[in-house]
Amino acid sequence: MYRPRNVYMISGGLTKFKKYNYESDFRLNVKKSMDYALNDIKMDIKHIDGSVSAYFSDHFQGQLIAGAMSNDYIGLSGKPSKRIEGGGATGGLAFQTGYEEIASGNMDTCLVYGFENMSHLNTWKGNDVIALGSDANFDYPLGGFYTAYYALMATRHMYEFGTTEEQMAMVSVKNHNNALYNPFAQAPMAINIDDVLKSPVVSTPLKMLDICLMSDGAASAILASEDVAKSFTDKPVLIKAIGSSSDTMRLADRTFGDVTLLPGEKEYKNLRYPGIHSFKAGRLAAKMAYERAGIKNPEKEIDLAELYDAYTSAEIQAYEDMGFCRYGNGGEFIENHRSDINGDIPVNMEGGLQASGHAIGATGIMQAVYAFWQLQGNISRHFGNNKLQAKNHNTGLIHSHAGTGAYETVTVMEAL
Amino acid sequence: MEKYSKVMKTDPLVIEWDYNLNYIHSYAQDSKFFVYLGRGIILGSECKKCNYRYGTYRKYCMFCGSETYDIELPLEGKIHSFTTCYYAGEDFINEVPYTLILVEFKNINSLFMSRLVNKENKRVEIGMEVKAKFKKLQKFNVNDVYFLPA
Ligand SMILES: [Zn+2]
Repeated sequence: MYRPRNVYMISGGLTKFKKYNYESDFRLNVKKSMDYALNDIKMDIKHIDGSVSAYFSDHFQGQLIAGAMSNDYIGLSGKPSKRIEGGGATGGLAFQTGYEEIASGNMDTCLVYGFENMSHLNTWKGNDVIALGSDANFDYPLGGFYTAYYALMATRHMYEFGTTEEQMAMVSVKNHNNALYNPFAQAPMAINIDDVLKSPVVSTPLKMLDICLMSDGAASAILASEDVAKSFTDKPVLIKAIGSSSDTMRLADRTFGDVTLLPGEKEYKNLRYPGIHSFKAGRLAAKMAYERAGIKNPEKEIDLAELYDAYTSAEIQAYEDMGFCRYGNGGEFIENHRSDINGDIPVNMEGGLQASGHAIGATGIMQAVYAFWQLQGNISRHFGNNKLQAKNHNTGLIHSHAGTGAYETVTVMEAL
Repeated sequence: MEKYSKVMKTDPLVIEWDYNLNYIHSYAQDSKFFVYLGRGIILGSECKKCNYRYGTYRKYCMFCGSETYDIELPLEGKIHSFTTCYYAGEDFINEVPYTLILVEFKNINSLFMSRLVNKENKRVEIGMEVKAKFKKLQKFNVNDVYFLPA
């Protein structure tokens, strides 16, 4: 029987994401993000029962067991801790693991932190290392390039649904321009569609400005049980439900069947699903989270979302996987400004992975921190301006991918 | 200690560390697939229990866990999707631009990822017919097979 204890997020903290941060290593970045979260609610490290650490690649850190090293550095030696790894979903999975620590009664307070320092390898070696997150027998030796796999999916999405490069560019424009008002973001840019379309082609149809950044940074989230949450903050945010799923690592192994329907969704005719146009793991993760949260109509009930936009195409695909619109209408969704800050479901208000940055292990936790601040209505407190505060902020969703959707997580959070 | 002596920056102190390893990679249960590329054969797999035919070789069925049977894939297929890369991971940067395709084969349920060599610069599109070609000198990796426009 699924009967978790209620779990609350009570604070969050970030370092600014940037490239070439040689001034502080992963331990200090973790400490800075944690101190931000602790100080924000006047909490002391001694109140933390244990931790979950998140980082993707030992190659980027140049260090194994970097979680344990962070732990003693920040003052959690002696407390239970574990490291979670799952590609780009590392942070999202760790956040859910922290949820499980509280939900199970194993802890009353849990620090979930994630980090990655990616500038210790040159960009193209970094791409090699990331591509080792694909099958080393059949996929990696073809080019050692993750962007190519997402590009294969984008090409097929365009073919199936008529999605255009302009629509993908609109995602980049939205996210980079949003980031202008986010002091934690790595690459705020006042750009337009033409800038994206004219940026160098990386892997057709994806161009430089369709692709996220490599970043150095850390993020921390503090989770607590109901009894404890109220003693540290009068604005806890309920983690309403977690959902996760998985799919084949190799794109070539993806199946062709019927669409997994969300509550209330009408059937699709003649759509072989997911093939490589969509992310079934994202859909299954969303379905699990919605059912547990009692969400009957995500398009109406989700107020804001942090979606995994490592590539602009992936954000469009995620609108559909999450049920914000029907499969095939993702391009239209961005074109009609529905995911803008003033749209009916604002997405990646702070810049997403595209512009806030993608310090892999930190990313899913960064998304949780942004969603938490949004749901508290506290964006101005942390950003020094209110431009990115979503108007409706009762129910938020965060979503992450590993591989081309080999693991996916969806977490629904709710303001009280 | 030579490996740790090249200073790149002094404040903060940053050194270059020659962090390399030669990985001993075994194809293990997938070995036969790679050996057969040298014979001009692309192996796929079939589960007799599920009647599912895999376009990428695997020893066990991902639906029921049964051991699969080897099958020979057709040497012609169609492009299911494609991308042309102008950048790549460091080890492949000298090979750009290259085109990756997912190939669909008749009567095979799943796909196969490969490179398309398109010397005449034909317009690549989904549904385009392609045929397999094998490297003369076998290198014992998945690039021993590639595709050409049919
Ligand atoms: Zn089977």
